[in-house]
Amino acid sequence: MTNHAPADITAFVTASGTRPSDSLSADTLCDMYWMMLLSRRLDERAWILHRQGRIAFHISGMGHEACQVGAGFAINRGVDYVHPYYRDLALVLTVGFTPEGFMLSLLGKAGEPSSGGRQMPSHFSAKWLNILSHSSPVATQVPQAAGLAFAIQYKIAHGLQDPQDDTQPRLALTCLGEGSTSQGEWHEGMNWAGVHKLPFICLVQNNIYAISVPMERQMAVSDVADRAAAYGVEGLVVDGNDILACYDVMAYARDKAYAGDGATLIEAKTYRPVPHSSDDDDRSYRTRDEVEQWKKKDPISRFQKVLLEREVLTQNAINDLEAKAKSVVDTAQRAAEDAPYPEVEPNLDPRSVYAPN
Amino acid sequence: MPTNVIMPQLGESVVEGTVTRWLHQVGDAVREYEPLLEVSTDKVDTEVPAPAEGVLLQVYVQEGQTVQAGVLLAVIGKPGEVPSGAESGGGASHTIHAPQPVMETAIAATVALHTNGGKAESHDTMRISPVVARMAAEHQLDLTQIKGTGTGGRVTKKDVEAYLQNRTSSSTTDLPPWEQPGSGDLFKPTGEFKPQAKLGVVTPPPVAPMPSTPPRAIPAEAIPQGVPGELVALSNMRRAIADHMVRSKLHTSPHVTTVFEIDMSAVMAHREAHKAEFAKSGVNLTLTAYFLAAMVDACRVMPIINSQWTDEGIYLHHIVNIGMAVAIDDGLIVPVIKNAGEYNLMGLARQANDLANRARNKQLKPDDIQGGTITITNHGVSGSLFATPIINQPQAAIFGVGIIEKRVKVINDAIAIRPCCYASLTFDHRIADGATGDGWMMTVKQRLENWL
Amino acid sequence: MRNMTLIDAIREAMDEELARDERVFITGEDVGQRGGVFRATLGLFDKYGPTRIIDSPLAELSIVAIGIGAAMADLRPICEIQFADFIHPAMNQIMNEAAKMYYRSNGTWNVPMTIRAPYGGGIGGALYHSQSLEAYFTHCPGLKVVIPSTPHDAKGLLKSAVRDPNPVLYFEPKKGYRAIKGDVPDGEYTVEIGPVNVTHAGTDVTVYAYGMMAHYCLQAADMVKQQGGISTEVVDVRTLLPVDREGILNSFKKTGKALIVYEDNFTMGYGAEIAAVLADDGFEYMDGPIRRLAGPDVPGVPFSHPVQEEFMPSPQKIADAIRDLAAY
Repeated sequence: MTNHAPADITAFVTASGTRPSDSLSADTLCDMYWMMLLSRRLDERAWILHRQGRIAFHISGMGHEACQVGAGFAINRGVDYVHPYYRDLALVLTVGFTPEGFMLSLLGKAGEPSSGGRQMPSHFSAKWLNILSHSSPVATQVPQAAGLAFAIQYKIAHGLQDPQDDTQPRLALTCLGEGSTSQGEWHEGMNWAGVHKLPFICLVQNNIYAISVPMERQMAVSDVADRAAAYGVEGLVVDGNDILACYDVMAYARDKAYAGDGATLIEAKTYRPVPHSSDDDDRSYRTRDEVEQWKKKDPISRFQKVLLEREVLTQNAINDLEAKAKSVVDTAQRAAEDAPYPEVEPNLDPRSVYAPN
Repeated sequence: MPTNVIMPQLGESVVEGTVTRWLHQVGDAVREYEPLLEVSTDKVDTEVPAPAEGVLLQVYVQEGQTVQAGVLLAVIGKPGEVPSGAESGGGASHTIHAPQPVMETAIAATVALHTNGGKAESHDTMRISPVVARMAAEHQLDLTQIKGTGTGGRVTKKDVEAYLQNRTSSSTTDLPPWEQPGSGDLFKPTGEFKPQAKLGVVTPPPVAPMPSTPPRAIPAEAIPQGVPGELVALSNMRRAIADHMVRSKLHTSPHVTTVFEIDMSAVMAHREAHKAEFAKSGVNLTLTAYFLAAMVDACRVMPIINSQWTDEGIYLHHIVNIGMAVAIDDGLIVPVIKNAGEYNLMGLARQANDLANRARNKQLKPDDIQGGTITITNHGVSGSLFATPIINQPQAAIFGVGIIEKRVKVINDAIAIRPCCYASLTFDHRIADGATGDGWMMTVKQRLENWL
Repeated sequence: MRNMTLIDAIREAMDEELARDERVFITGEDVGQRGGVFRATLGLFDKYGPTRIIDSPLAELSIVAIGIGAAMADLRPICEIQFADFIHPAMNQIMNEAAKMYYRSNGTWNVPMTIRAPYGGGIGGALYHSQSLEAYFTHCPGLKVVIPSTPHDAKGLLKSAVRDPNPVLYFEPKKGYRAIKGDVPDGEYTVEIGPVNVTHAGTDVTVYAYGMMAHYCLQAADMVKQQGGISTEVVDVRTLLPVDREGILNSFKKTGKALIVYEDNFTMGYGAEIAAVLADDGFEYMDGPIRRLAGPDVPGVPFSHPVQEEFMPSPQKIADAIRDLAAY
């Protein structure tokens, strides 16, 4: 097994020499920390529930919180299109998905917001937040997200949408893992985004492993971002465990998209410190030493340190947030456990597959 | 509509599970989401909640059985509702469709053609399409009277339509009964005039699949023909007993039986002396309690009898859980005294009475019949002198007690009258040899004959 | 009322929908200045410009996927797949994404898009320009599958497809693009996606078909009427999914005999579902075997002329099958 140790990546600075994250208020920074923490605690609870045999499946976003929350805070949350993938718990929470909704999805209970309990957990969808529905085959969402971006461009070109109207989606953000960039779907989506200079951001959360297959068995380049050049799209690499760096590149890509200056491919270098899913055993393909090295770069403790140094948060405040997270997770779990299962008949009615005319 | 309880798939790749424990018995009321049974898989052990509220009507998969995810485990419904056992969703269920009325008329029409026609016509004329069969039945037509124009003279729908149009008022249906032609059969069997007897229906009740049961050594016998009799439906218990007996004796362990005669004088004396005292504590001091106590002792001396065979070796149990065969109305059940070594005589008597009473009143909990390591059967209560019972798998032995009666014994060259019984140990000859079994029995005998 | 070809009716439907609703756009390979390889979009580029008649990259899955994304953003895409034979790369997007979107989002997201694809053989197109693929898609809940056989239906059904809130696959019998002519009403009309259409009334045998075969069946019906006096009812299925079980059954109740004609491979072709509907719901009306006449189970359609001719059901073969069944 090759060791995939974390590398240092220089922070992104805009042409004017500034970092967009410098202008984030203390309140916003606290909110960002809270989202990362909440996502982590929910995720941990899901693992516990699985190991108790109370849920069938969990696929984790642990370790990816920095790039997801950084991305979420950079866009117009609940308005801009987000076409996520199954690790995007922290991203969808940031956009407005509820902890209870997540718990309902783990248990497949009635009222599950994404699919009414039809899809596996973590297959997020929320039309009211402009979160698109995604499937399990990977990268399928990418060309669709290009289609969403195409629609934005189309509507602006035909006067169906005011480009300054911030109540309308002005960009489409889609996410996937580095392994999924091997799919034809990804290439074809990137190609449209490049050809039409679409308001499109593709966030590749590179955690080095596609289940067990490491990066070097997936592609012959060392950075996914290198591939962007082939589509005439700008490609950027960022430290995916540094939330402020992630916010910086996302804010840059967002401004570009809003201004009609085209698409951006962002590669966030991160790590998944847990197995691929509740059914996986990662000891078969990577060393414990490697995992331990990456745990030292844990995005939440890193951000916590920054906030303590900047005196944005105190240890007491952090403790309070921990207690709050536990309470929110407990409440969500209880609500989901108390919820009934969906009715069977309507879910097996052939009419349920067609939108009414 | 009964609701099926299905073996859940407890993980993406998990394909089967073992029913480790039923938390409710057949007949119990259950609430929705209430834990109904415990299931063990190679990934998780968990409780399975009831999928609906109602009464547990039927349990198809017994404790210890391993079945595929999706297999029907049990059915919950309203009290008195009959589980079909084949509601959709069951694993290898076989749906039994009620025959379509049309099919019946179609068959009837075809049969009528055979019996009435009798004129060995070509095979094709016998091919009656469904629509022709239906029309023939509706209009009570004799199809041999209709000229067929189809392939090989087949009577087509058009032929029937044409026939109906051209039919004159002399249709036989308008004739009084005495002018209608008979069927041509002399001396019809009188059985045809009787309403169909209920017992004549020989469709066996649907049986839930039992994937982990080995194939039966003896193929099921066909229902005898021509011998007067009636069919008694097999209860689940009867089926379970039958399967278990076949498995134990024919597939699992070579049985061997050793028989000892035991002088029960000391026990009888002790019982007489202490009966009243026990009764004050609300305990009926039965002879069973003494046998149980002796079994515990013998298992301590000869632990190999309190064991079970595994492919890796003989597993010696460190506690003695004695199964106690209790005859009930529709069969037999074997509740278990857990950790019998922990009880004194009063404790054993109390346990035995309680389990026997609850067995007869059908109040046993699933746990009560689990975990036996050795069994006692007191066949003497029915007058049996001695017997060779079948081992309750996966145990190694079963202890049988015959009737206690006064016998003439020669003691110290004098003739004496003593209450005696024959007791037997039937054991798994893979595990123990004759001397071991005899050693166990000798311990029992000495303990009982020297009761203080 | 005007007499026009099938392809003119298709173009007119798109033209009218583009004019009616600014959210409607067309994308596909060569649909722009070239007007499509079959000229289905001829003149539309000049009329509506490059932002609404959009030449796509040569990548079918992206044509469909861009359509899905745009449809979910409330546009009304018409995606052209140049030949049905080239639709396979987009299979995942059609069957796993578009078809399942409404169901998998519990009815919150829907995909109002139309996918047009010329299909069918008999035009010298060989293995990769002749395929009939309807059976793949009619097995997929969530899609609607439409195959018109007349200019009237082609226009009316396509307009309904564009307005439908679901993904509609609209297969066009390309052999009939210019061979099939028919009357098209003046002014606005649509044809409902759903019901089958009886195009020729009869009493002896029912023949079910769609696309080019629906025309062959009409010709065959005339042949057996003139030579043998057999009265054939022709049912143009036209909406293959959802299945109009009642409409299929109604004709069978009259005749009791059914022949199903399709140019796709015989085994597991769409006709198998029609046969199953009749066998199940029509059992009491059955007066003969339910017969299928279809392409042989080899990849359709081989190039060499005599092989192609033998592969395809023809009016003559259909007439023979009708006679056989009528005599049964």
